[in-house]
Amino acid sequence: MKGGLLGAMRAVFLRELLVFWRRSTEVMSSLVFFVMVTTLFPLAVGPERRELALIAPGVLWVAALLATTLSLNHLFASDYQDGSLEQMLMSPYPLSALVLAKVAAHWVLTGLPLALLSPLLAIQLALPMKAVATLVISLVLGTPTLTLIGAVPAALTLGVRGGGVLVSLLVLPLYTPVLIFGAEAVAAAAGQGFASVAHLSLLGAFLALALTFAPWASAAALRVSLD
Amino acid sequence: MRFLHKYGAPKRFYRLAGRLVPWFAAITVLLFVSGLYLGLYWAPPDYQQGDAYRIMFVHVPNAWMSMMTYVIMAAFAATGYVWNVRLADMLAKASAPLGASFTLTALVTGSLWGKPMWGTWWVWDARLTSELVLFFLYIGYMALQASIDDPQRAARASAILAVIGVINIPIIHYSVYWWHTLHQPASLTVTGQPKIYMTMLIPLIVMSIAFLFFYLTMLLVRVRSEILLRERHSDWVRKLVGAAS
Amino acid sequence: MSDAEGLLAVRALACVRGDRPLFAGLSFTLEAGEALHIRGPNGLGKTTLLRALCGLSRPARGEVRWRGARVSDLGEEFTAEVAFVGHLNGIQGDLTARENLEMTKRIFVRGAAPDVRAVLERVGLKAQSARPARYLSQGQKRRLALARLLVLRRPLWVLDEPFTALDVQSVAQLSSVIAEHMEGGGVALVVSHQAFTVPGIRDLELAHYGKRRA
Repeated sequence: MKGGLLGAMRAVFLRELLVFWRRSTEVMSSLVFFVMVTTLFPLAVGPERRELALIAPGVLWVAALLATTLSLNHLFASDYQDGSLEQMLMSPYPLSALVLAKVAAHWVLTGLPLALLSPLLAIQLALPMKAVATLVISLVLGTPTLTLIGAVPAALTLGVRGGGVLVSLLVLPLYTPVLIFGAEAVAAAAGQGFASVAHLSLLGAFLALALTFAPWASAAALRVSLD
Repeated sequence: MRFLHKYGAPKRFYRLAGRLVPWFAAITVLLFVSGLYLGLYWAPPDYQQGDAYRIMFVHVPNAWMSMMTYVIMAAFAATGYVWNVRLADMLAKASAPLGASFTLTALVTGSLWGKPMWGTWWVWDARLTSELVLFFLYIGYMALQASIDDPQRAARASAILAVIGVINIPIIHYSVYWWHTLHQPASLTVTGQPKIYMTMLIPLIVMSIAFLFFYLTMLLVRVRSEILLRERHSDWVRKLVGAAS
Repeated sequence: MSDAEGLLAVRALACVRGDRPLFAGLSFTLEAGEALHIRGPNGLGKTTLLRALCGLSRPARGEVRWRGARVSDLGEEFTAEVAFVGHLNGIQGDLTARENLEMTKRIFVRGAAPDVRAVLERVGLKAQSARPARYLSQGQKRRLALARLLVLRRPLWVLDEPFTALDVQSVAQLSSVIAEHMEGGGVALVVSHQAFTVPGIRDLELAHYGKRRA
């Protein structure tokens, strides 16, 4: 019943959008966090445009990474508390497919707006205009990987003491490759341009890898947490 | 999986480990003494670094052990997860702090070695950076273990994390190396690719095996106490503790 | 006598919580149309038992068989036949009552499903169907959770204290719904401290299996 599975995945996806839409503060908060963190850097480093342009790729990527990490706490927590997650385990469809739909919806509400907003912040940080397109592409390719990987620790720490901080502790070391290539792609585009395609394709490869493994691992993690 | 019956195996393993520990400890001491002798007296000073290079005999084995322990830990954890073998869970849990201390030792000795080499305590060298990320991975694993009360759930949850980590380690490792070559000239790496002379290689190998046996000895000691802790409600542990007091 | 395999067969089941054994050696068989009322004092592991029976957690020992096959081997084939109502209602508060059931239908039902409006009317939530579920009272939320049973129409019902927060009338209604389910060839496992009358339901006292010395 392939149509049934896709229908169920679409239902999960729409359900997430609907719920998050009605609780729009949660969606907004990680976005506002992203904006605020990037705004803090010129205040701390100084308004010198050349210096800002130099650190802009790193700052934007670290801020995006932290905003994504912060939003991970909303991924499963409320469904865990009200018992919807427990019910989801009783679905006739593979849990990993439903998790994938959930993560996709989460990314559409957190990662995608962040990527679309990033050009504004790039201007603030004096990032050269020629690097802005690469910045958006790198975030569109990179943030879903972050959400997919982050879903596993988010699932593992459900109902655990100090869950929120623990998630960051578990997830940040796993984020290093994405951070390296994401920031490097933007820096390359700002500098000499030609190498950024290679970095972007590596980000794409990471995304493919995360798409294959992460939903399955998150499903296993959810089964453990709800045991 | 009958032979690894849940309640039988830990008890038998406790006894077996108890008999093995003295032997392993003796081998460890022997290897350390001979390794240190070879490394500190027998091997000649380096023509460039003088005696400072001798910290390599601690640094390099620890760096090797830090990676190897993570892989072993993940293998134990996966075994425990898939076949529900409690002994494997305990071996994984007992490995984590050992691996973390290998990593920390590698970091500290790397930093000590860096001072005469580079003139600063810390350089974002590829090996040190990836050791640092590995250290964070160990911290995460132990934090997750510690924050879940139910030992079964703790073992299963951290097993998933360990497997994710083990898939990620090579990716992290190569990303960091690649990142490093992009930002630094290659000549700065600690061991570069200098010719390793036999006189340096032999102490290095002896010290590595010494650290491996140190790990095995400590693993057995730690897993014994873990078995006692987990089986504290069982009759045999009560009898054992009662007999001791 | 052959080991007659009913619809649901439990063999020598044992569960633990943490390191402590809860109960052991639990066996029973349910044929189509039979139901079990599981009783026992607090802390004996009734909830743990139900979660093990519907495949949410793994028992320490023993096995659960459904239609003759081991539940652990069936995986999603088994969960597709179980309707579970636990302590948590499984209701998303930001969705309306009707949206909650619609989602249940779309995510959990393969093939044809009953009309959600008819189900809401049956459980007496028609007037509340367009309200966000978090504004419902405790009893209404419970009724909404139980309405899932009617939407899912699965053969095995696993109910953990289903009568909590329900008024007398709703208790009677749920009892008759369970009876109806049994008449239709369904199987039900009910953990409840509350008295209720369903004709033909058998009793199981979990205390008889508690903490045997190994």
